[in-house]
Amino acid sequence: MPELLLQFLVTGITVGSLYALVGLGFALIYNASDVVNFAQGEFVMLGAMTAIALLNAGMPLLLAAIIATSLTVLVGLLLERFAIEPAAGASVVTTIIITIGAAIFLRGVALLLWGKDFHALPPFSGEAPIRLGGATVLPQSLWVLGVTVALVLLVRVFLNRTLLGKALLACSFNRTAAQAVGINVKAMLRLAYGLSAGLGALAGILIAPITFSSYEAGVMLGLKGFSAAIVGGIGNPMGAVAGGLLLGVLEALGAGLVSSGYKDAIAFLFVLMVLFFEPTGLFGHKAAERV
Amino acid sequence: MRLAGFYLFALGVALLPILFPDNYFVIVVGASAGLHVILAVGLNLLMGYAGQISLGHAAFFGMGAYASAILTTRFGWPSLLALAAGLLATGALAWLFARPILRLRGHYLAMATLGFGVIVHVILVQATQWTGGPDGLSGIPALNLLGWRVDGDEQWYGVIMAAMLLVVWLTLNLVDSQVGRALRAVHGSEFAAQMMGVDTGRAKTQVFVISALFAAFAGSLFAHQQAFVSPDSFNLTVSVELVTMVVLGGLASTFGAVCGAIALTLLQQGLVVFEDYEMLIHGALLMAVMIFMPQGLFVGLSQAARRVRHRLKRRQPLPST
Repeated sequence: MPELLLQFLVTGITVGSLYALVGLGFALIYNASDVVNFAQGEFVMLGAMTAIALLNAGMPLLLAAIIATSLTVLVGLLLERFAIEPAAGASVVTTIIITIGAAIFLRGVALLLWGKDFHALPPFSGEAPIRLGGATVLPQSLWVLGVTVALVLLVRVFLNRTLLGKALLACSFNRTAAQAVGINVKAMLRLAYGLSAGLGALAGILIAPITFSSYEAGVMLGLKGFSAAIVGGIGNPMGAVAGGLLLGVLEALGAGLVSSGYKDAIAFLFVLMVLFFEPTGLFGHKAAERV
Repeated sequence: MRLAGFYLFALGVALLPILFPDNYFVIVVGASAGLHVILAVGLNLLMGYAGQISLGHAAFFGMGAYASAILTTRFGWPSLLALAAGLLATGALAWLFARPILRLRGHYLAMATLGFGVIVHVILVQATQWTGGPDGLSGIPALNLLGWRVDGDEQWYGVIMAAMLLVVWLTLNLVDSQVGRALRAVHGSEFAAQMMGVDTGRAKTQVFVISALFAAFAGSLFAHQQAFVSPDSFNLTVSVELVTMVVLGGLASTFGAVCGAIALTLLQQGLVVFEDYEMLIHGALLMAVMIFMPQGLFVGLSQAARRVRHRLKRRQPLPST
């Protein structure tokens, strides 16, 4: 039984890393623009599908991954420029619908480009499972974990230690004040969209060898990333990472111990419970309502 | 004369099948639009008047549909009794969930309702022995209205339109009642409403239950009309479509929601022609409307019309001078 639990933990942390990266993207965009970007899952899908297409076209994996990530970043920037910026100052509901529209649009583009089939990347370094205690770990899981840890640390250092990162954080606290001290708020907004699109694409490329990808793959991933950001307290980047890992582990335990069919229901039930008892998330600030 | 718009609308609904006799499009698409109107008008009460978003409204639609489907096929209940039981169960669940869910705001509320919708959908897929799983339930008997078996597309058009008009009439009256004014106060500022003595928690709970009841009612009719239900009709995509209808028409306007529901139904029918491009166009339109007409088509178009009229008026004196 302990071995089985360890196995669930390994699976959960792998999937949780993915949720963490998507959640981190949610938090970055929310911080910069107060927008919950429902197209976040589509960034993951675009990264994975583009990398697969480029690899099939004969490109080496690393180059395919770099180009796929860059293209997704471009999509993120275009989304900001042509869908979010023109609707500046719109209500929460309006921006939610705009990003949902963007998600449907991107799914439509993927459907046209790649059809309804499922695609996968080959594992980065072989398929021979590694024994770890009583559990087996796929080499790809180690890739997912390692790159996620590196990316999260990079984002953390970027936000806390660099001038650009601090400017981005300043925008999340008070946009007018940030503007007043000479921060280019518009550029920061684009930075946030580009950054989270890149994070999403990388997450998609990392996970593509484990879970198959299709034009619809982003829907559930986006929702789980949103859940991670909410559980962590929306707008708290490291809270989103913790929320993602927690959600992944819980889901793996639920799938293993209760029923795999109900795993999404278990994940969302947990999110609902968190919201009912801790309505601003586990690591969120208690914000006072403006009258 | 407060309900003049309503009588005009009812007249149009009644005249349509007379003007276009034996027209498949009017009868079948009209019935489908009618169900959408019931759903959108209910959701608009919650979103437009109380200012509470719901991304899980398809769950209530599904609960009404499955209550009717399960009770009539597995237990042989008469259809009206099953409908009433579905309404009662959905209303009770909505009432139970209303307080904790409506305490949340903005994105947290969006998350909670979305999660609720996903959970109900997963249960519909997984509880196979009751719901038939992903394959759904077929062989749902005809709706029996005190001896009259509703059968055939024309009769269904009549029944759904009557139900729709009833819901629109109820909503128009509700919005102008004390409850409606309390709701608008909640939307403006919940805190200010509390200061004025409005029991905001009660007002929000009431409207949440009412909009869930409308959705369950539409669900029961849908189940009998189709004689078949499957989880796909009640998933997240449907919830998003319902929100789209409300926002497309224009929030806080009952006829806006009616227009939004009809517009999206027609759009879906029209886009089927484009097959693989359907999704692309749907997404692009959604973004475009929200960016350029955030108040919705109903308000946006009437404002545009006013602008055009204004410009024409200014131009008219020119030739005479």
